[in-house]
Amino acid sequence: MSTARTIAPAARSQRSRRDNIHGWAFSAPFLVFFLMFLVWPMISGAVMSLTGKSLTGANSGFIGLANYTEAFADSDMWRSLGNTLYFTLISTVPLVVIALALAAIVNMGLPAQWLWRLSFFSPFLLASTVVSLFFAWMYNPELGLFNDLLAKLGIPPVAWLNDPAVAMWAIVIATVWWTVGFNFLLYLAALQNIPQQHYEAASLDGAGGWRQFFSISLPQLGPTTVMIVILQILASLKVFDQIYQMTEGGPGGATRSIVQYVFEAGFTGYRLGYSAAISYIFFGLILVIALAQVFITRKRSA
Amino acid sequence: MATTTLSKPALQPKGSAGAAPNRRPKTPLSRILATVIVSVLAVAWLVPFAWATATALKSETDAASTPISWIPASGFTLDAFAKVLQSGNIPTWTLNSLFTSAAITAITLVISASVAYAISRIDFRGKRMLMGVIVASIIIPPPVLIIPLFQQMQSLNLIDTYWALILPQVIHSPMVFVLKKFFDQIPRELEEAALMDGAGRLRIFTTIVLPLSRPILAAVAIFVFIGAWNNFLWPFIATNESSLLTLPVGLQTIKSAYGIQYAQNMASALLAALPLIVVFLFFQRQIIRGVATTGLAGT
Repeated sequence: MSTARTIAPAARSQRSRRDNIHGWAFSAPFLVFFLMFLVWPMISGAVMSLTGKSLTGANSGFIGLANYTEAFADSDMWRSLGNTLYFTLISTVPLVVIALALAAIVNMGLPAQWLWRLSFFSPFLLASTVVSLFFAWMYNPELGLFNDLLAKLGIPPVAWLNDPAVAMWAIVIATVWWTVGFNFLLYLAALQNIPQQHYEAASLDGAGGWRQFFSISLPQLGPTTVMIVILQILASLKVFDQIYQMTEGGPGGATRSIVQYVFEAGFTGYRLGYSAAISYIFFGLILVIALAQVFITRKRSA
Repeated sequence: MATTTLSKPALQPKGSAGAAPNRRPKTPLSRILATVIVSVLAVAWLVPFAWATATALKSETDAASTPISWIPASGFTLDAFAKVLQSGNIPTWTLNSLFTSAAITAITLVISASVAYAISRIDFRGKRMLMGVIVASIIIPPPVLIIPLFQQMQSLNLIDTYWALILPQVIHSPMVFVLKKFFDQIPRELEEAALMDGAGRLRIFTTIVLPLSRPILAAVAIFVFIGAWNNFLWPFIATNESSLLTLPVGLQTIKSAYGIQYAQNMASALLAALPLIVVFLFFQRQIIRGVATTGLAGT
């Protein structure tokens, strides 16, 4: 920056003015979309949640916090929130653990790396609708592969998507098949970034495969694991597609997620204001979880 | 490194040049065991594809007959595919998906790269705040926006148009962050020289920075395209008109319309899956690298 110092103050201020203009000019296109399709909906949604607005446009007067007090007393809201947290819990664990196990095994120097990546990652490229069609068909009580397999093992058939006790697990199985390949790829990339010298030193010290995995790979993967868990929790909380497509939230609301409740309150129940209030409660939950995670990761690294 | 490479030269897998696999010496037994486990799992992972294909190649009668069988009694047939293609909607929906995803990807790339460049390189007032706001916005889950966005699109009279599908899907704050981090690594000297020669910012951006950033632009493009291609909730809300549906939403209507025509259901699902699977087979390495580099950007 030796040139900058020789520039006269006037030229310098001219340059900083030009930088201001250029900077905002380059930011403007993004900013326009950002304001129109993110900031504005956030504001108008907050305003809408304070009104009784219906899908037909009627009743757009302010009703204060009535939507929120109604939502907090709405057992269906709590149930769908509970379903969402349940799904998040029982999907995040296998989506992280299986991904790590697959990556660790594939990274053992197996031949045909591309084949394994292809097999485990390719479902991630499918639209949710395709996944739901595949699995709804495999879960078919009479004609499905799952019950056929159970029958061969001498186990009585299961009403996969129609049994309230089983339906969420059935959805988790489909979800794991669909998206575990993404976390698997992230773990594989992280494993391949661990310097070889660590393993060489360990094997000179006589550490075996398992020992090396637990004392080298796993600690080295710590930061990646924290990231993957956070991203997975935030992704699982947003679940809607595959549940709506496979069970429509049933049986009897047993799998209805909070996003589906937002959708139904607005588009089936015609209550946009109420639906906006529920989406803000959902947003509040996401914020709390995100802040908790920031707090935990800070504390750990401090 | 030299010793391990020498001891296992045969294990160098072709086609994974960028990502060197773990080449530490292993007992053959554990490697054989690992190969067996992974093979079994990989086959299990392919079962849904295989069963869908087997079903799609059956007549409806065979598809719905018990006991179930991989090989149909009356032989394989392409009837289901023919019927699905004749009803005419899948090609339209594929084109809709292709067009909207390409438009979303293009707009996202242009606006994200230029704001990322400004933040990375230009010293302008308010840029820290701008970056802060963009990073903070990552936390906003898209489902929170669907109700107000629907209202907005309705009042702009854009429901059931391509605009409604495209415009709200072009903000990818994590991608701005990814691009900015990449631009930060490009040596400033390259630009300073051009600035001295009197080149404008726009020219420097398009002739120096963007060409040097091809790998990251490709990675972002891949990530955004896959997301847009598969997005369900927003297109499901923003369109009703059958001729405007994207593939994932169109399939949902087929499912309700065809009901128990299992072979046709599976044929449609496979036709919908086909484009991205084919693309993946061709660009496997780029896609995998792209996902690995952008995948953790959400935080």
